[in-house]
Formats: sequence, C-alpha cells, structure tokens
Amino acid sequence: MTGHNTAHHAVPVRTNLLVWAALMVLTTITVGVTSFDFGFLNVVVALTVATTKAGLVILWFMHLRYEGRVIRLMVFTAFVILAIAIGLTFFDVAYR
Amino acid sequence: MHEHRDYEGAKIGMWLFLFTEVLLFGGLFLLYAVFLHRYPAEFHAAGKELSRTFGTVNTVVLITSSLFMALAISALQRGRTVLSQRLVLLTVALAGVFLVNKFFEWNAKIGHGIYPDSPGLLALPPGEMVFFNLYYLMTGLHGIHVVIGGAVLLYGWHLMRVGRVTPEHFVFLENGGLYWHLVDLVWIYLFPLFYLVV
Repeated sequence: MTGHNTAHHAVPVRTNLLVWAALMVLTTITVGVTSFDFGFLNVVVALTVATTKAGLVILWFMHLRYEGRVIRLMVFTAFVILAIAIGLTFFDVAYR
Repeated sequence: MHEHRDYEGAKIGMWLFLFTEVLLFGGLFLLYAVFLHRYPAEFHAAGKELSRTFGTVNTVVLITSSLFMALAISALQRGRTVLSQRLVLLTVALAGVFLVNKFFEWNAKIGHGIYPDSPGLLALPPGEMVFFNLYYLMTGLHGIHVVIGGAVLLYGWHLMRVGRVTPEHFVFLENGGLYWHLVDLVWIYLFPLFYLVV
C-alpha cells in the first residue's frame, strides 16, 4: 500500500506563488471595477472574475489539474447539477 | 500490524462531502440571486452599508491562507515535514485573523442596531431586511466553516508532530487542505456579492 502517494505531483512553489499573484490581481480588478457604474454589467463582471478565481483555486490549489479522470468527472458533474438548479430557478423567476 | 489505506478512496470521499457543501452554499446563493433580482435597488443601498475595507482585507487574508495551505502540502510531499508544519500553523493563524476581522465587522453592524430581528432591521424596507438577513446567515455559516477548517488543520498539524501524517501518508492533511480551499472558494463568491454589489 505504500509508495502510492509518492507517485503524486508536488506542485512547484513557483506555480503556487503565480496562482496566488493571479488571485490578487483578480481581487484588485473586482474591487477596482466597482468605481465604474456599468449597471447590471457590474454583476456580470463580478461573477466572471469570481468564477475565474474559483477556477484557479480548484485547478491548482485543490490539485484538480493533477487528478485522474474519476475525480475530474465527479467535480464537473457536481457543478453541472448546480448550474441546472440555478438555471431552472431563473427560468421560473425571470419570467414571472 | 497491517493498516489498510486507500488513498484514492479517501480523496473521492472528501470530494463527495465537498459537493454537499457546494450544494448547501449553492442553495443560499440561489436565494440571494432571486432576491437580488426582486430588490436590486434595496440590495444596492444595503450593500453600501457593509465595510468594503473589511471585506477586501479578509479576501486577501483568506487567499493568502490558501496559498500557505497549498505550500504546506507541496512541502510535505517533498519530505519537508517541519516546514509543512509551520505553513499549516500560518494557515491557521490567518484563519484566526479572518475571524477577528469578522468579529469587529459584525460588532460594528450590531452596534448600529443591524442584526437579525433587531428593531432597526425590522424597520428597514423588506429588500434591505432580506439582504442583511442573508448577510448574517451566509457569512455566519461561512464563519463556522472557518472555525471547523482551522480546527481540522490544527489536528493535521498535531498528526504531523506525532508522525501519523508523513510524506508517505498525507491524505488527512490533503483532505483538510481541500476543505480549507472550499472555505476560500465560498468567500470568493460571498465577497463580491455582499460587499461589492452595485
């Protein structure tokens, strides 16, 4: 049973630092963009930036990039289910 | 004695648990979205009341704590156990900083008479009332997750000290890290939606 873990990637320090830097830049963008009033577009920008940040965290910090097909498919399925729940709710709410 | 270990199974189990967390917070985000759709002006007015400074500082704190956690896993995988222990402690320390900030933030809000079921809150227009109720519910639930995450990581640190989490068997710390990153993930959405809504 031993020797199993050692086959796994240790993410390089540099990569982790780059991901952190990207997350900081995106945080600055999402705070900075609030000084402009684009109306509803502000929400779109905020959610796009947040989702990009979430992607960085999931892929690198949570190592999804380095996982096998099973876990990747599971995560994808979970988010599709969440998207369906949100999508169908708004299909209802938006047209009332 | 032979101890049974299943690395892949342990991680799949953790991810399954994280999905239930995603759906738990997802349901609340859905609630937020529906009410934002119904009361855009009130959410805008109420969002301005929240301290953007506290929100931004806590975002930086949490993202940096996630970095330390990721570095701790990498360090352990390279066999640098002591460095890994220190990085885990730094992560937990930042969890503490986050909670202290949250305390001052909530304290200021409560000082202004804005807390669930307070006379000040009940006098607000319905849209603003919903906003603040969701604010307390969601940041509160998130705060509980920060406390639990910090405790789990502290236990992981203890397991490293007693040699039960090692460079060969680190799945406990890895799963604790996954939980910690999820806490960060939730905050990544909470921050713009509550502190930056326009």
